[in-house]
Amino acid sequence: MSARPLALSSRIPSGLAHAGLLWPSLGIILAFMIAPIAIMLTYSFLVPGAYGGVEWTFTTAAYEQILFERDFLDDSLTFTPDYLIIVARSLTQATVATLLCLVISVPTAYYIATRSDRAKNIWLFLITIPYWVNLLIRTIALLFVLRDDGPINSALLDLGVIGQPLALSYNGFAISLGLIYSFLPFMVLPLYSAFERFDFRLLEAAYDLYASRKVAFFRIVLPVMRPGLIAGSLLVFIPSVGSYLAPDILGGGKTLMIGNLIGTQFQAARNWPFGAALSMILLTITLIVLLWLARRAAQQQRSN
Amino acid sequence: MSTARMRDLRVFPGFGLLSVGCVVFLYAPIVVLAIYSFNDGRSVTRWAGFSFRWYQTVFANQNIQTAALNSVVIAVIAATVASVFALGAAIATVNGKKGGGEGAYVVLTFPLMVPEIVTAVASLVFFVAVGISLGFATILIAHIVFCIPFAYLPIKARLESMDATLPSAAADLYASPANAFLRITLPLLVPGLVSGWLLAFIISLDDFIITALVAGPGATTLPLHIYGMLRLGMTPEVNAISTLMLAASTVLVLISGLLGQAGRKH
Amino acid sequence: MKKAAVMTALFASTVAGPASAAGDLFIYTWGEYTPPEMVEKFEKTYGVKVHIDTYDSMETMLAKLKSGAGGYDIIVPGHDTMTILIGEKLLEPINVAAMPNYQHVDEMWRDVFWDKGRLYSAPWAWGSTGLAVDRDIVKGDDTSLKILFEPDDAVKGKINMLRDVNDVINMALRYLGKPRCNDNPEDLKAVLDLLSTQKQFVKSYNSETKELLVSGEAAVSMSWNGYAMRARDERPSIEYIYPKEGYTGWMDNVAVPKGAPDLENAKLWINFIMDPENAAMITNYARYANGIKGSEAFVDKALAGAPELSPPESAPVPEFLTACTPAVTKLYDRVWTKLLR
Repeated sequence: MSARPLALSSRIPSGLAHAGLLWPSLGIILAFMIAPIAIMLTYSFLVPGAYGGVEWTFTTAAYEQILFERDFLDDSLTFTPDYLIIVARSLTQATVATLLCLVISVPTAYYIATRSDRAKNIWLFLITIPYWVNLLIRTIALLFVLRDDGPINSALLDLGVIGQPLALSYNGFAISLGLIYSFLPFMVLPLYSAFERFDFRLLEAAYDLYASRKVAFFRIVLPVMRPGLIAGSLLVFIPSVGSYLAPDILGGGKTLMIGNLIGTQFQAARNWPFGAALSMILLTITLIVLLWLARRAAQQQRSN
Repeated sequence: MSTARMRDLRVFPGFGLLSVGCVVFLYAPIVVLAIYSFNDGRSVTRWAGFSFRWYQTVFANQNIQTAALNSVVIAVIAATVASVFALGAAIATVNGKKGGGEGAYVVLTFPLMVPEIVTAVASLVFFVAVGISLGFATILIAHIVFCIPFAYLPIKARLESMDATLPSAAADLYASPANAFLRITLPLLVPGLVSGWLLAFIISLDDFIITALVAGPGATTLPLHIYGMLRLGMTPEVNAISTLMLAASTVLVLISGLLGQAGRKH
Repeated sequence: MKKAAVMTALFASTVAGPASAAGDLFIYTWGEYTPPEMVEKFEKTYGVKVHIDTYDSMETMLAKLKSGAGGYDIIVPGHDTMTILIGEKLLEPINVAAMPNYQHVDEMWRDVFWDKGRLYSAPWAWGSTGLAVDRDIVKGDDTSLKILFEPDDAVKGKINMLRDVNDVINMALRYLGKPRCNDNPEDLKAVLDLLSTQKQFVKSYNSETKELLVSGEAAVSMSWNGYAMRARDERPSIEYIYPKEGYTGWMDNVAVPKGAPDLENAKLWINFIMDPENAAMITNYARYANGIKGSEAFVDKALAGAPELSPPESAPVPEFLTACTPAVTKLYDRVWTKLLR
């Protein structure tokens, strides 16, 4: 039996109180986010200004550029996979990072939830204290640990475990590690807070009914964690897709992810409309993922 | 039943080891960072002897201290406001009422979905167009906006996994909805609130590009300062300020732990 | 409301402070680029309170200025950004050439192409973008870009390129002997081929060259001269090369954005930094050459003779490049995307 959803909604008089709870958040986001994004959407249909900014002429060139380009030599419009490759890579990296984060975080969240009250808080803070250090610095620090003559490789070489330094840096592996490193608490904390009130008598009951550890875990523990899984996955996946520091620093800047690509359009490449168009595409993709996850979560709740 | 058996049942083998491994993984780069803050040379990778010189540099550097303080103050305010707003939103949208509920969910998580540089440039253009002059206020507004999803999602997750029977029992005993909320639901929500607040706090502390574009003259945060420093190459001064931030957070944790000691009756 | 009180306090804390007789000066510049003793001296001399904000790139600064967000009195644009700023009419014409200390500006920095007649700016610091090599690994005294593009086995996998579209493409163009700001599709195709072939030997595209050189991860790296000098401090075998095929020179200039709130103080600052003794502070602090005659007398002896600050006789003249047209920028961006996709 999993926890039934809180029927608090039935206790709140709809209307005034409901609005009072919801509208501060909605209001501030609508006011300061929607208007700017509407501006961006408009920009995506304009012509780039000479040195940044835009010129007020309508065009769909920015969107065309995602799929087509004029060939260098004969000026014909040809299909280009460049940007699709970059988008695909970003999505793959983000998915891998999210899944790995999940695999690491679920046991960790469980473990923390089974500590004593005092230890719980210590663990939580232990996990978040490193994040007081700026992300850029943390990413650079991770690079220093992973590089060819960093502590890991030096130790392994000295101990004779390996003959050559392991290629832990400036590649896809380092980027994945970097993404996990950047966003781990965003998975652990929601999982933990969703799970913290778990009634362990349920577990005992399952064992009394001769359930194996594996069954007990997957059919009793995980479902309780589900809301946390959804929240954590969103909080890791979405920032990972748009990440620009990890590919830049840990990947050695040798591959572009969509975060770098969009960033460049607003900086060196001075093509704001193209950056805006790419962002709209990215937004649509993440919106689809978001709605899919939200629908699945709602279905799960309804079927309980 | 014996607590010993209970303890044994709750344990899954390997989980503890993984958790410890997790913490080691998180701290390894931090430890290296802290060690090199005591480096006598100017490098962050080549050890040249032990020295406090970079801490002296930080303590003599007014700008970096102001920037660090600004960052922490902004993060505290943004995280707190965002958490309060998010709490209300979570309660109002729990379990997705049909139609409007989903729409609200999208809006509440919207700031998460937009790439940072886009939010940064768009907010800059917006503020200037509407005539809001850049300064601390604009930074705060921008931070609150992007902190809300980070607070909202954990609180909502907590809410959704809570037992439904308790508030009903309270109502049966003639507690008013407000009373039921304040004395039963809210205390139970605390882990969700704390998670949400912590995530919002660290995301605000870290923010660079949005802050860079919407900050006004005189409003510097630590990330702005650090990124600016890298033009001339990274020096252990950056390590020193980072280690100091770590020390500050540890001290705060200790204080809150000691305060939390008093009046804990779970 | 409590929030309002806190926000007011925050506002007040930025605007308050000891009431300055002569007002404030808001400088927007690179981090750690303005010597603290220079700021102190200026504050004492004129009673003005100086505030320094930093940016991480020209693009951030450009975006803010273009958007119309004001409040800064002094900015420090690179020479190519100067062309854009002047073209977009974002600078105050303060007529630096008429200022008392202008006489100290070195002749070669007076009538520069990015600010004819020095109407808008004064020189702050200048440097070059060349090649830094570890002579323990790259033996000999070759100064050709061949080291970079056709590396020896010892160097393969240990090359670092700057993470800058223009710098990288320009290096490739020089090696191929083609003109800069190139919009010839054939040339650019050749550039892309060269860079793509080189990519397998490149460890990273990273502008943090100092640590890469010091730690030995990069044996050869494109590098700004200042970084190379700092790397040599930690690893004496690092040598800064001025490639014989050519290299980029750049100059950072001090200018006043249009609508600066403290125009008079800004002018005082610009005149102030053209004084030889003050200009020397820049060099001593940021360790880049300044553009003021007579400052040598006040510069640290160690810096004065550094090879990174004074090119040898045999080195070619640095190329100060202008910002390319948007059409060229677009082409370069495509080359870059294809290289890194």
